[in-house]
Amino acid sequence: MIRIENVHKRFGRFTALNGVDLAVEQGESLALWGINGAGKSTLIRCVLGLIRFEGRVTICGVDVQRDGKAARALIGYVPQELGFYDDLRVADAVRFFARLRGLRRVDSGSTLGRVDLAGHERKRVRELSGGMKQRLALAISLLGDPPVLVLDEVTASLDAAGREEFVGLLGGLRSGGRTLLFASHRPEEVLSLASRVAMMKEGRVERLCAPDSLPGKPRTVHSIKIRLAPPHAGRARAAIDLLVAGGFEARMNGVGLVVRVDEHRKAIPVRLLADARIAVDDFELLSAEQASACKEGHP
Amino acid sequence: MTLAPAIAASPGERRASTFGGNLGAMALREYREALSSRWFVLYSIAFVALGLGVSYLSAASSGAAGVSGFGRTSAGLINLVILVVPLMAMTAGAGTIASDRERGMLAYLLAQPVSRLEVLLGKYAGLAGALLTSICLGFGVCAAVLAGKGGGAGASQFGVLVGLTFMLALSTLGVGVLISVLARKASVATGTAVFAWLALVFFSDLGMMAGTLAWRMRVQSLFGMALCNPCQVFKMWSLNTVDASLDVLGPAGMYATDTFDRWLPWMFGAALGAWIVLPLCAAAMAFNRRSPI
Repeated sequence: MIRIENVHKRFGRFTALNGVDLAVEQGESLALWGINGAGKSTLIRCVLGLIRFEGRVTICGVDVQRDGKAARALIGYVPQELGFYDDLRVADAVRFFARLRGLRRVDSGSTLGRVDLAGHERKRVRELSGGMKQRLALAISLLGDPPVLVLDEVTASLDAAGREEFVGLLGGLRSGGRTLLFASHRPEEVLSLASRVAMMKEGRVERLCAPDSLPGKPRTVHSIKIRLAPPHAGRARAAIDLLVAGGFEARMNGVGLVVRVDEHRKAIPVRLLADARIAVDDFELLSAEQASACKEGHP
Repeated sequence: MTLAPAIAASPGERRASTFGGNLGAMALREYREALSSRWFVLYSIAFVALGLGVSYLSAASSGAAGVSGFGRTSAGLINLVILVVPLMAMTAGAGTIASDRERGMLAYLLAQPVSRLEVLLGKYAGLAGALLTSICLGFGVCAAVLAGKGGGAGASQFGVLVGLTFMLALSTLGVGVLISVLARKASVATGTAVFAWLALVFFSDLGMMAGTLAWRMRVQSLFGMALCNPCQVFKMWSLNTVDASLDVLGPAGMYATDTFDRWLPWMFGAALGAWIVLPLCAAAMAFNRRSPI
Protein backbone atom coordinates (compact mmCIF):
# COMPACT_ATOMS: atom_id res chain seq x y z
CA MET A 1 0.00 0.00 0.00
CA ILE A 2 2.78 2.46 0.98
CA ARG A 3 6.33 1.90 -0.30
CA ILE A 4 9.15 4.12 0.92
CA GLU A 5 12.41 3.37 -0.86
CA ASN A 6 15.80 4.83 0.02
CA VAL A 7 14.42 8.26 0.94
CA HIS A 8 16.98 10.97 1.71
CA LYS A 9 16.19 14.52 2.70
CA ARG A 10 18.63 17.27 3.57
CA PHE A 11 17.93 20.76 4.88
CA GLY A 12 21.20 22.53 4.14
CA ARG A 13 23.85 20.61 6.10
CA PHE A 14 21.29 18.84 8.26
CA THR A 15 20.31 15.37 7.12
CA ALA A 16 16.69 14.87 8.14
CA LEU A 17 16.22 11.50 6.42
CA ASN A 18 19.09 9.21 5.60
CA GLY A 19 18.02 6.28 3.45
CA VAL A 20 14.64 5.32 4.85
CA ASP A 21 13.08 2.12 3.55
CA LEU A 22 9.63 1.10 4.74
CA ALA A 23 6.62 -0.77 3.47
CA VAL A 24 3.13 -0.60 4.93
CA GLU A 25 0.77 -3.31 3.77
CA GLN A 26 -2.96 -2.97 3.29
CA GLY A 27 -4.83 -2.84 6.58
CA GLU A 28 -1.60 -2.45 8.53
CA SER A 29 -1.01 0.29 11.05
CA LEU A 30 2.58 1.48 11.27
CA ALA A 31 3.70 3.86 14.00
CA LEU A 32 6.71 6.10 13.52
CA TRP A 33 8.42 6.35 16.89
CA GLY A 34 11.35 8.47 17.92
CA ILE A 35 12.45 11.61 19.69
CA ASN A 36 11.93 15.09 18.22
CA GLY A 37 14.19 15.51 15.20
CA ALA A 38 14.27 11.79 14.47
CA GLY A 39 12.65 12.46 11.09
CA LYS A 40 9.06 11.33 11.68
CA SER A 41 7.31 14.49 10.47
CA THR A 42 9.76 14.92 7.58
CA LEU A 43 8.98 11.38 6.45
CA ILE A 44 5.26 12.11 6.62
CA ARG A 45 5.78 15.26 4.51
CA CYS A 46 7.63 13.15 1.96
CA VAL A 47 4.79 10.61 1.89
CA LEU A 48 2.35 13.47 1.24
CA GLY A 49 4.62 14.90 -1.47
CA LEU A 50 4.83 18.22 0.37
CA ILE A 51 8.62 18.44 0.10
CA ARG A 52 11.12 17.32 -2.50
CA PHE A 53 13.37 14.41 -1.61
CA GLU A 54 15.69 11.83 -3.07
CA GLY A 55 14.33 8.31 -3.33
CA ARG A 56 10.86 7.06 -4.06
CA VAL A 57 7.53 6.93 -2.26
CA THR A 58 4.50 5.25 -3.80
CA ILE A 59 0.92 4.96 -2.59
CA CYS A 60 -0.83 1.97 -4.19
CA GLY A 61 1.84 2.17 -6.91
CA VAL A 62 1.37 5.91 -7.56
CA ASP A 63 4.59 7.92 -7.22
CA VAL A 64 4.04 10.93 -4.93
CA GLN A 65 6.68 13.03 -6.68
CA ARG A 66 5.61 12.26 -10.24
CA ASP A 67 1.85 12.28 -9.71
CA GLY A 68 1.34 13.89 -6.33
CA LYS A 69 -2.27 14.83 -6.93
CA ALA A 70 -3.31 11.25 -7.75
CA ALA A 71 -1.27 9.90 -4.84
CA ARG A 72 -2.83 12.35 -2.39
CA ALA A 73 -6.31 11.35 -3.57
CA LEU A 74 -5.51 8.00 -1.92
CA ILE A 75 -4.50 9.62 1.37
CA GLY A 76 -6.47 11.22 4.15
CA TYR A 77 -4.26 13.46 6.26
CA VAL A 78 -4.71 14.73 9.79
CA PRO A 79 -2.06 17.18 11.02
CA GLN A 80 -0.93 17.85 14.57
CA GLU A 81 -2.92 21.04 14.72
CA LEU A 82 -5.39 22.25 12.18
CA GLY A 83 -4.49 25.62 10.72
CA PHE A 84 -7.84 26.20 9.14
CA TYR A 85 -9.74 28.99 7.46
CA ASP A 86 -11.11 30.15 10.81
CA ASP A 87 -13.90 32.25 9.37
CA LEU A 88 -15.42 29.31 7.49
CA ARG A 89 -18.50 27.62 8.84
CA VAL A 90 -17.91 23.98 9.67
CA ALA A 91 -20.27 22.72 6.97
CA ASP A 92 -18.66 25.02 4.39
CA ALA A 93 -15.22 23.68 5.34
CA VAL A 94 -16.45 20.14 4.69
CA ARG A 95 -17.95 21.19 1.35
CA PHE A 96 -14.77 23.03 0.31
CA PHE A 97 -12.51 20.03 0.95
CA ALA A 98 -15.09 17.68 -0.57
CA ARG A 99 -14.85 19.70 -3.80
CA LEU A 100 -11.08 19.40 -3.74
CA ARG A 101 -11.57 15.63 -3.53
CA GLY A 102 -13.88 15.68 -6.52
CA LEU A 103 -17.04 14.92 -4.55
CA ARG A 104 -20.03 16.34 -6.35
CA ARG A 105 -22.39 16.27 -3.41
CA VAL A 106 -21.62 15.77 0.20
CA ASP A 107 -23.98 15.51 3.14
CA SER A 108 -22.03 17.59 5.62
CA GLY A 109 -24.50 16.77 8.39
CA SER A 110 -23.96 13.04 8.26
CA THR A 111 -20.22 13.43 7.62
CA LEU A 112 -19.91 15.52 10.76
CA GLY A 113 -22.30 13.27 12.68
CA ARG A 114 -19.87 10.42 12.30
CA VAL A 115 -17.23 12.25 14.31
CA ASP A 116 -19.74 13.54 16.83
CA LEU A 117 -19.86 17.04 15.38
CA ALA A 118 -23.53 16.94 14.44
CA GLY A 119 -25.20 20.20 15.35
CA HIS A 120 -22.01 22.21 14.87
CA GLU A 121 -22.46 22.76 11.13
CA ARG A 122 -23.31 26.45 11.47
CA LYS A 123 -20.44 27.25 13.83
CA ARG A 124 -17.34 29.02 12.60
CA VAL A 125 -14.21 26.87 12.71
CA ARG A 126 -12.63 29.31 15.19
CA GLU A 127 -15.45 28.54 17.64
CA LEU A 128 -14.48 24.86 17.87
CA SER A 129 -12.29 23.48 20.64
CA GLY A 130 -8.96 21.83 19.82
CA GLY A 131 -10.48 18.36 20.06
CA MET A 132 -13.41 19.32 17.86
CA LYS A 133 -11.06 20.77 15.25
CA GLN A 134 -9.14 17.50 15.21
CA ARG A 135 -12.38 15.59 14.74
CA LEU A 136 -13.29 17.95 11.91
CA ALA A 137 -9.89 17.24 10.34
CA LEU A 138 -10.58 13.52 10.72
CA ALA A 139 -13.98 13.89 9.06
CA ILE A 140 -12.37 15.80 6.20
CA SER A 141 -9.58 13.24 5.87
CA LEU A 142 -12.18 10.53 5.35
CA LEU A 143 -14.03 12.35 2.58
CA GLY A 144 -13.93 10.25 -0.55
CA ASP A 145 -13.03 7.18 1.48
CA PRO A 146 -9.23 7.17 0.95
CA PRO A 147 -7.60 3.78 1.72
CA VAL A 148 -4.66 5.33 3.59
CA LEU A 149 -4.70 7.61 6.63
CA VAL A 150 -1.60 9.59 7.52
CA LEU A 151 -1.56 11.17 10.98
CA ASP A 152 1.12 13.43 12.37
CA GLU A 153 1.05 13.51 16.18
CA VAL A 154 -2.66 14.16 16.03
CA THR A 155 -3.28 14.08 19.76
CA ALA A 156 -0.31 16.23 20.79
CA SER A 157 -2.46 19.30 21.43
CA LEU A 158 -5.40 17.49 23.04
CA ASP A 159 -6.22 17.02 26.70
CA ALA A 160 -6.49 13.54 28.20
CA ALA A 161 -10.21 13.16 27.54
CA GLY A 162 -9.94 14.45 23.99
CA ARG A 163 -6.98 12.16 23.37
CA GLU A 164 -8.82 9.10 24.59
CA GLU A 165 -11.83 9.95 22.47
CA PHE A 166 -9.73 10.57 19.36
CA VAL A 167 -7.69 7.39 19.76
CA GLY A 168 -11.01 5.55 20.12
CA LEU A 169 -12.09 6.95 16.75
CA LEU A 170 -8.84 5.91 15.13
CA GLY A 171 -9.07 2.45 16.69
CA GLY A 172 -12.46 2.04 15.05
CA LEU A 173 -11.01 3.02 11.69
CA ARG A 174 -8.11 0.64 12.10
CA SER A 175 -10.36 -2.27 12.91
CA GLY A 176 -12.41 -1.29 9.86
CA GLY A 177 -9.39 -2.20 7.70
CA ARG A 178 -7.94 1.23 6.97
CA THR A 179 -4.18 1.47 6.44
CA LEU A 180 -2.62 3.82 8.97
CA LEU A 181 0.76 5.54 9.03
CA PHE A 182 1.17 7.72 12.07
CA ALA A 183 3.76 9.51 14.13
CA SER A 184 3.32 9.60 17.86
CA HIS A 185 5.16 10.31 21.06
CA ARG A 186 2.61 8.55 23.19
CA PRO A 187 3.26 4.90 24.02
CA GLU A 188 -0.38 4.23 24.87
CA GLU A 189 -1.41 5.40 21.41
CA VAL A 190 1.16 3.19 19.74
CA LEU A 191 0.10 0.23 21.85
CA SER A 192 -3.57 0.62 21.04
CA LEU A 193 -3.27 1.57 17.36
CA ALA A 194 -0.10 0.17 15.83
CA SER A 195 0.49 -3.28 14.45
CA ARG A 196 4.18 -2.46 13.89
CA VAL A 197 6.51 0.26 15.06
CA ALA A 198 9.33 1.85 13.05
CA MET A 199 11.90 3.11 15.54
CA MET A 200 13.46 6.21 14.02
CA LYS A 201 16.71 7.83 15.06
CA GLU A 202 18.72 10.52 13.28
CA GLY A 203 16.79 10.17 10.04
CA ARG A 204 17.02 6.39 9.85
CA VAL A 205 14.74 3.50 10.71
CA GLU A 206 16.79 1.77 13.38
CA ARG A 207 14.52 -1.24 13.60
CA LEU A 208 11.01 -2.45 13.15
CA CYS A 209 9.36 -4.03 16.15
CA ALA A 210 6.06 -5.05 17.66
CA PRO A 211 4.32 -2.42 19.79
CA ASP A 212 4.79 -4.64 22.86
CA SER A 213 8.55 -4.38 22.61
CA LEU A 214 8.53 -0.63 22.50
CA PRO A 215 11.27 0.62 24.82
CA GLY A 216 9.94 2.94 27.43
CA LYS A 217 6.40 1.76 26.94
CA PRO A 218 4.43 2.41 30.07
CA ARG A 219 4.03 -0.52 32.40
CA THR A 220 0.45 -0.95 33.39
CA VAL A 221 0.86 -1.82 37.03
CA HIS A 222 -1.87 -2.98 39.33
CA SER A 223 -1.91 -3.52 43.05
CA ILE A 224 -3.61 -6.56 44.44
CA LYS A 225 -4.43 -7.28 48.04
CA ILE A 226 -4.04 -10.89 49.11
CA ARG A 227 -5.62 -12.25 52.31
CA LEU A 228 -3.91 -15.38 53.53
CA ALA A 229 -5.94 -18.24 55.04
CA PRO A 230 -6.00 -18.07 58.88
CA PRO A 231 -3.63 -21.00 59.64
CA HIS A 232 -1.00 -19.25 57.56
CA ALA A 233 -1.57 -15.71 58.77
CA GLY A 234 1.62 -15.93 60.76
CA ARG A 235 3.57 -16.85 57.64
CA ALA A 236 3.08 -13.44 56.06
CA ARG A 237 6.78 -12.66 56.35
CA ALA A 238 7.67 -15.82 54.48
CA ALA A 239 5.05 -15.02 51.84
CA ILE A 240 6.55 -11.57 51.29
CA ASP A 241 10.04 -13.04 50.96
CA LEU A 242 8.71 -15.55 48.46
CA LEU A 243 7.01 -12.88 46.34
CA VAL A 244 10.02 -10.54 46.44
CA ALA A 245 12.20 -13.46 45.34
CA GLY A 246 9.71 -13.95 42.48
CA GLY A 247 10.30 -10.41 41.32
CA PHE A 248 7.32 -8.70 42.90
CA GLU A 249 7.10 -5.71 45.14
CA ALA A 250 5.17 -6.88 48.20
CA ARG A 251 4.51 -5.62 51.71
CA MET A 252 2.27 -6.21 54.64
CA ASN A 253 -0.90 -4.20 54.94
CA GLY A 254 -3.19 -4.90 57.84
CA VAL A 255 -4.26 -8.50 57.66
CA GLY A 256 -3.11 -9.01 54.08
CA LEU A 257 -0.36 -8.41 51.61
CA VAL A 258 -0.28 -5.74 48.94
CA VAL A 259 1.57 -6.82 45.81
CA ARG A 260 2.32 -4.73 42.73
CA VAL A 261 1.88 -6.68 39.53
CA ASP A 262 2.16 -5.99 35.84
CA GLU A 263 -0.77 -6.30 33.46
CA HIS A 264 -1.29 -9.93 32.42
CA ARG A 265 0.55 -11.24 35.55
CA LYS A 266 -2.09 -10.62 38.19
CA ALA A 267 -2.57 -14.30 39.14
CA ILE A 268 1.12 -15.18 39.34
CA PRO A 269 1.59 -14.15 43.03
CA VAL A 270 -1.38 -16.30 44.04
CA ARG A 271 0.06 -19.23 42.12
CA LEU A 272 3.49 -18.74 43.70
CA LEU A 273 1.94 -18.80 47.18
CA ALA A 274 -0.16 -21.85 46.35
CA ASP A 275 2.93 -23.68 45.05
CA ALA A 276 4.62 -22.92 48.39
CA ARG A 277 1.54 -24.29 50.16
CA ILE A 278 0.60 -20.90 51.56
CA ALA A 279 -3.16 -20.86 51.20
CA VAL A 280 -4.93 -17.75 50.02
CA ASP A 281 -8.45 -17.03 51.17
CA ASP A 282 -9.18 -14.06 48.97
CA PHE A 283 -7.61 -11.47 46.72
CA GLU A 284 -8.83 -8.24 45.19
CA LEU A 285 -7.62 -5.74 42.64
CA LEU A 286 -7.15 -2.34 44.27
CA SER A 287 -8.14 0.90 42.63
CA ALA A 288 -5.49 3.59 42.25
CA GLU A 289 -6.92 5.43 45.25
CA GLN A 290 -6.98 2.29 47.38
CA ALA A 291 -3.43 1.42 46.39
CA SER A 292 -2.33 4.94 47.23
CA ALA A 293 -4.07 4.76 50.63
CA CYS A 294 -2.34 1.42 51.33
CA LYS A 295 1.01 2.94 50.42
CA GLU A 296 0.45 5.67 52.96
CA GLY A 297 -0.15 3.03 55.61
CA HIS A 298 -3.93 2.95 55.74
CA PRO A 299 -5.27 -0.61 55.67
CA MET B 1 -17.72 5.73 19.49
CA THR B 2 -19.33 3.52 16.91
CA LEU B 3 -18.32 5.43 13.87
CA ALA B 4 -15.71 3.26 12.28
CA PRO B 5 -17.89 1.13 10.04
CA ALA B 6 -20.14 4.02 9.11
CA ILE B 7 -17.37 6.48 8.45
CA ALA B 8 -15.66 4.16 6.02
CA ALA B 9 -18.01 5.26 3.28
CA SER B 10 -18.31 9.02 3.38
CA PRO B 11 -21.35 10.26 1.54
CA GLY B 12 -20.91 12.01 -1.75
CA GLU B 13 -20.84 11.16 -5.37
CA ARG B 14 -17.23 10.70 -6.37
CA ARG B 15 -15.65 11.92 -9.57
CA ALA B 16 -12.10 12.68 -10.59
CA SER B 17 -10.73 15.85 -9.04
CA THR B 18 -10.21 18.08 -12.10
CA PHE B 19 -7.97 21.07 -12.74
CA GLY B 20 -10.96 23.31 -13.41
CA GLY B 21 -12.92 22.02 -10.42
CA ASN B 22 -10.07 22.55 -7.99
CA LEU B 23 -9.21 25.92 -9.48
CA GLY B 24 -12.85 26.97 -9.20
CA ALA B 25 -13.10 25.82 -5.58
CA MET B 26 -9.93 27.69 -4.65
CA ALA B 27 -10.99 30.80 -6.55
CA LEU B 28 -14.43 30.90 -4.94
CA ARG B 29 -12.93 30.45 -1.49
CA GLU B 30 -10.37 33.23 -2.08
CA TYR B 31 -12.99 35.52 -3.61
CA ARG B 32 -15.26 35.19 -0.58
CA GLU B 33 -12.40 35.67 1.85
CA ALA B 34 -11.19 38.78 0.01
CA LEU B 35 -14.63 40.34 -0.12
CA SER B 36 -15.14 39.79 3.59
CA SER B 37 -11.79 41.43 4.35
CA ARG B 38 -12.18 44.85 5.90
CA TRP B 39 -9.23 46.14 3.89
CA PHE B 40 -10.98 45.35 0.65
CA VAL B 41 -14.15 47.06 1.80
CA LEU B 42 -12.19 50.12 2.91
CA TYR B 43 -10.26 50.30 -0.37
CA SER B 44 -13.51 50.04 -2.34
CA ILE B 45 -15.22 52.76 -0.31
CA ALA B 46 -12.15 54.99 -0.64
CA PHE B 47 -12.05 54.37 -4.38
CA VAL B 48 -15.70 55.35 -4.82
CA ALA B 49 -15.32 58.45 -2.64
CA LEU B 50 -12.13 59.59 -4.35
CA GLY B 51 -13.63 58.92 -7.80
CA LEU B 52 -16.60 61.13 -7.04
CA GLY B 53 -14.24 63.73 -5.56
CA VAL B 54 -12.12 63.73 -8.74
CA SER B 55 -15.25 64.21 -10.80
CA TYR B 56 -16.29 67.26 -8.74
CA LEU B 57 -12.75 68.70 -8.88
CA SER B 58 -12.58 68.19 -12.65
CA ALA B 59 -15.79 70.16 -13.02
CA ALA B 60 -14.59 72.88 -10.64
CA SER B 61 -11.34 73.29 -12.58
CA SER B 62 -13.33 73.95 -15.72
CA GLY B 63 -15.42 76.56 -13.93
CA ALA B 64 -18.56 74.45 -13.81
CA ALA B 65 -20.51 73.38 -10.74
CA GLY B 66 -21.33 69.77 -9.80
CA VAL B 67 -19.78 66.74 -11.45
CA SER B 68 -18.00 66.91 -14.82
CA GLY B 69 -18.57 64.57 -17.78
CA PHE B 70 -17.09 61.14 -18.48
CA GLY B 71 -14.12 62.49 -20.51
CA ARG B 72 -12.78 64.88 -17.90
CA THR B 73 -13.47 62.44 -15.09
CA SER B 74 -11.61 59.68 -16.96
CA ALA B 75 -8.55 61.90 -17.31
CA GLY B 76 -8.75 62.83 -13.63
CA LEU B 77 -9.22 59.23 -12.55
CA ILE B 78 -6.01 58.01 -14.21
CA ASN B 79 -3.74 59.30 -11.43
CA LEU B 80 -6.14 58.07 -8.78
CA VAL B 81 -6.14 54.58 -10.31
CA ILE B 82 -2.33 54.52 -10.41
CA LEU B 83 -2.26 55.24 -6.68
CA VAL B 84 -5.08 53.11 -5.34
CA VAL B 85 -5.39 50.03 -7.55
CA PRO B 86 -1.76 48.77 -7.43
CA LEU B 87 -1.73 49.23 -3.64
CA MET B 88 -4.94 47.27 -3.32
CA ALA B 89 -3.81 44.50 -5.69
CA MET B 90 -0.28 44.14 -4.40
CA THR B 91 -1.20 43.99 -0.72
CA ALA B 92 -4.00 41.52 -1.45
CA GLY B 93 -1.66 39.33 -3.50
CA ALA B 94 1.13 39.59 -0.95
CA GLY B 95 -1.10 38.26 1.82
CA THR B 96 -2.50 35.26 0.06
CA ILE B 97 0.20 32.55 0.14
CA ALA B 98 2.38 33.94 2.93
CA SER B 99 -0.45 34.13 5.46
CA ASP B 100 -1.60 30.60 4.62
CA ARG B 101 1.96 29.37 5.06
CA GLU B 102 2.29 31.19 8.37
CA ARG B 103 -0.87 29.70 9.90
CA GLY B 104 -0.08 26.18 8.64
CA MET B 105 -2.96 26.20 6.22
CA LEU B 106 -0.81 25.93 3.10
CA ALA B 107 0.71 22.57 4.04
CA TYR B 108 -2.73 21.22 4.90
CA LEU B 109 -4.14 22.52 1.62
CA LEU B 110 -1.32 21.00 -0.42
CA ALA B 111 -1.79 17.67 1.38
CA GLN B 112 -5.13 17.45 -0.42
CA PRO B 113 -5.41 16.09 -3.98
CA VAL B 114 -4.61 19.44 -5.57
CA SER B 115 -1.62 20.59 -7.59
CA ARG B 116 0.39 23.64 -6.64
CA LEU B 117 -0.57 25.31 -9.91
CA GLU B 118 -4.26 24.83 -9.09
CA VAL B 119 -3.77 26.43 -5.69
CA LEU B 120 -1.77 29.37 -7.05
CA LEU B 121 -3.99 30.08 -10.04
CA GLY B 122 -7.11 29.55 -7.95
CA LYS B 123 -5.98 32.09 -5.42
CA TYR B 124 -4.96 34.50 -8.19
CA ALA B 125 -8.30 34.09 -9.95
CA GLY B 126 -10.26 34.60 -6.73
CA LEU B 127 -8.37 37.77 -5.89
CA ALA B 128 -8.69 39.00 -9.48
CA GLY B 129 -12.45 38.49 -9.21
CA ALA B 130 -12.55 40.43 -5.95
CA LEU B 131 -10.50 43.25 -7.49
CA LEU B 132 -12.77 43.33 -10.52
CA THR B 133 -15.78 43.55 -8.21
CA SER B 134 -14.21 46.41 -6.31
CA ILE B 135 -13.15 48.25 -9.48
CA CYS B 136 -16.58 47.81 -11.07
CA LEU B 137 -18.19 49.04 -7.88
CA GLY B 138 -15.94 52.11 -7.72
CA PHE B 139 -16.26 53.01 -11.39
CA GLY B 140 -19.91 51.95 -11.46
CA VAL B 141 -20.98 54.39 -8.75
CA CYS B 142 -19.02 57.19 -10.51
CA ALA B 143 -20.58 56.25 -13.84
CA ALA B 144 -24.08 56.21 -12.40
CA VAL B 145 -23.62 59.66 -10.86
CA LEU B 146 -22.00 61.03 -14.04
CA ALA B 147 -24.69 59.58 -16.30
CA GLY B 148 -27.39 61.00 -14.05
CA LYS B 149 -25.88 64.49 -14.03
CA GLY B 150 -24.13 65.00 -17.33
CA GLY B 151 -25.30 62.55 -20.01
CA GLY B 152 -23.31 59.84 -21.75
CA ALA B 153 -20.65 61.76 -23.69
CA GLY B 154 -17.21 60.15 -23.30
CA ALA B 155 -18.70 57.00 -21.77
CA SER B 156 -16.72 54.76 -24.14
CA GLN B 157 -13.43 56.29 -22.92
CA PHE B 158 -14.61 55.69 -19.40
CA GLY B 159 -15.34 52.06 -20.28
CA VAL B 160 -11.86 51.60 -21.79
CA LEU B 161 -10.38 53.09 -18.62
CA VAL B 162 -12.22 50.46 -16.58
CA GLY B 163 -10.69 47.72 -18.77
CA LEU B 164 -7.20 49.19 -18.51
CA THR B 165 -7.60 49.54 -14.76
CA PHE B 166 -8.43 45.86 -14.55
CA MET B 167 -5.31 45.01 -16.56
CA LEU B 168 -3.22 47.14 -14.20
CA ALA B 169 -4.83 45.33 -11.26
CA LEU B 170 -3.99 41.93 -12.77
CA SER B 171 -0.37 42.87 -13.41
CA THR B 172 0.27 44.28 -9.94
CA LEU B 173 -1.66 41.40 -8.37
CA GLY B 174 0.84 39.04 -10.04
CA VAL B 175 3.71 40.99 -8.50
CA GLY B 176 1.99 40.76 -5.10
CA VAL B 177 1.50 36.99 -5.45
CA LEU B 178 5.16 36.57 -6.43
CA ILE B 179 6.19 38.48 -3.29
CA SER B 180 3.84 36.29 -1.24
CA VAL B 181 5.38 33.09 -2.59
CA LEU B 182 8.91 34.28 -1.83
CA ALA B 183 8.25 35.73 1.64
CA ARG B 184 8.30 33.52 4.73
CA LYS B 185 6.01 35.74 6.80
CA ALA B 186 2.84 37.63 5.95
CA SER B 187 4.16 40.81 7.57
CA VAL B 188 7.34 40.67 5.46
CA ALA B 189 5.26 40.08 2.33
CA THR B 190 2.99 43.05 3.05
CA GLY B 191 5.94 45.32 3.83
CA THR B 192 7.71 44.28 0.65
CA ALA B 193 4.53 44.83 -1.35
CA VAL B 194 4.14 48.36 0.00
CA PHE B 195 7.78 49.10 -0.83
CA ALA B 196 7.31 47.69 -4.35
CA TRP B 197 4.19 49.85 -4.75
CA LEU B 198 6.19 52.91 -3.71
CA ALA B 199 8.90 51.97 -6.21
CA LEU B 200 6.41 51.53 -9.05
CA VAL B 201 4.28 54.58 -8.30
CA PHE B 202 6.62 57.21 -6.93
CA PHE B 203 10.25 56.27 -7.38
CA SER B 204 9.82 55.49 -11.07
CA ASP B 205 8.62 59.01 -11.85
CA LEU B 206 11.29 60.59 -9.67
CA GLY B 207 13.90 58.16 -10.96
CA MET B 208 13.13 59.01 -14.55
CA MET B 209 13.35 62.70 -13.79
CA ALA B 210 16.67 62.19 -12.02
CA GLY B 211 17.96 60.02 -14.84
CA THR B 212 17.01 62.60 -17.40
CA LEU B 213 18.93 65.29 -15.53
CA ALA B 214 21.92 63.30 -14.36
CA TRP B 215 22.62 61.10 -17.34
CA ARG B 216 20.99 63.24 -20.04
CA MET B 217 18.92 60.26 -21.10
CA ARG B 218 17.60 60.23 -24.60
CA VAL B 219 13.86 60.22 -25.18
CA GLN B 220 14.05 56.70 -26.60
CA SER B 221 15.59 55.47 -23.34
CA LEU B 222 13.01 57.35 -21.29
CA PHE B 223 10.17 55.77 -23.27
CA GLY B 224 11.82 52.35 -22.96
CA MET B 225 12.11 52.78 -19.19
CA ALA B 226 8.47 53.79 -18.97
CA LEU B 227 7.47 50.57 -20.73
CA CYS B 228 9.20 48.64 -17.94
CA ASN B 229 6.75 49.95 -15.34
CA PRO B 230 3.13 48.72 -15.46
CA CYS B 231 1.89 51.93 -13.83
CA GLN B 232 3.61 54.05 -16.50
CA VAL B 233 2.26 51.78 -19.25
CA PHE B 234 -1.23 52.16 -17.82
CA LYS B 235 -0.81 55.93 -17.63
CA MET B 236 0.43 56.21 -21.21
CA TRP B 237 -2.20 53.88 -22.60
CA SER B 238 -5.01 55.64 -20.73
CA LEU B 239 -3.85 59.12 -21.82
CA ASN B 240 -3.50 57.84 -25.36
CA THR B 241 -7.09 56.61 -25.18
CA VAL B 242 -8.50 59.77 -23.59
CA ASP B 243 -6.46 62.35 -25.52
CA ALA B 244 -5.37 60.30 -28.57
CA SER B 245 -1.89 61.72 -27.93
CA LEU B 246 0.93 61.47 -25.43
CA ASP B 247 2.08 65.05 -25.84
CA VAL B 248 1.07 65.79 -22.27
CA LEU B 249 3.97 63.56 -21.15
CA GLY B 250 6.55 65.84 -22.74
CA PRO B 251 9.36 64.93 -25.15
CA ALA B 252 9.19 61.17 -24.48
CA GLY B 253 5.46 61.20 -25.12
CA MET B 254 5.85 63.26 -28.26
CA TYR B 255 8.59 60.90 -29.46
CA ALA B 256 6.33 57.89 -28.82
CA THR B 257 3.38 59.45 -30.65
CA ASP B 258 5.51 60.51 -33.61
CA THR B 259 7.48 57.29 -33.90
CA PHE B 260 5.00 54.55 -33.09
CA ASP B 261 1.61 56.22 -33.62
CA ARG B 262 -0.92 53.45 -34.37
CA TRP B 263 1.38 50.78 -32.95
CA LEU B 264 1.27 52.35 -29.50
CA PRO B 265 -1.82 50.43 -28.23
CA TRP B 266 -0.17 47.16 -29.35
CA MET B 267 3.05 48.07 -27.56
CA PHE B 268 1.20 49.02 -24.40
CA GLY B 269 -0.92 45.86 -24.61
CA ALA B 270 2.17 43.68 -25.02
CA ALA B 271 3.96 45.44 -22.14
CA LEU B 272 1.00 45.17 -19.75
CA GLY B 273 0.32 41.61 -20.94
CA ALA B 274 3.91 40.70 -20.15
CA TRP B 275 3.49 42.29 -16.71
CA ILE B 276 0.45 40.08 -16.14
CA VAL B 277 2.02 36.83 -17.36
CA LEU B 278 5.66 37.04 -16.28
CA PRO B 279 5.24 37.65 -12.51
CA LEU B 280 2.61 34.92 -12.42
CA CYS B 281 4.93 32.47 -14.21
CA ALA B 282 7.76 33.40 -11.85
CA ALA B 283 5.41 32.90 -8.88
CA ALA B 284 4.32 29.48 -10.20
CA MET B 285 7.94 28.36 -10.64
CA ALA B 286 8.97 29.60 -7.20
CA PHE B 287 5.86 28.08 -5.58
CA ASN B 288 6.66 24.74 -7.15
CA ARG B 289 10.13 24.73 -5.63
CA ARG B 290 9.47 26.13 -2.19
CA SER B 291 8.43 24.12 0.83
CA PRO B 292 4.93 24.97 2.08
CA ILE B 293 6.12 24.78 5.69
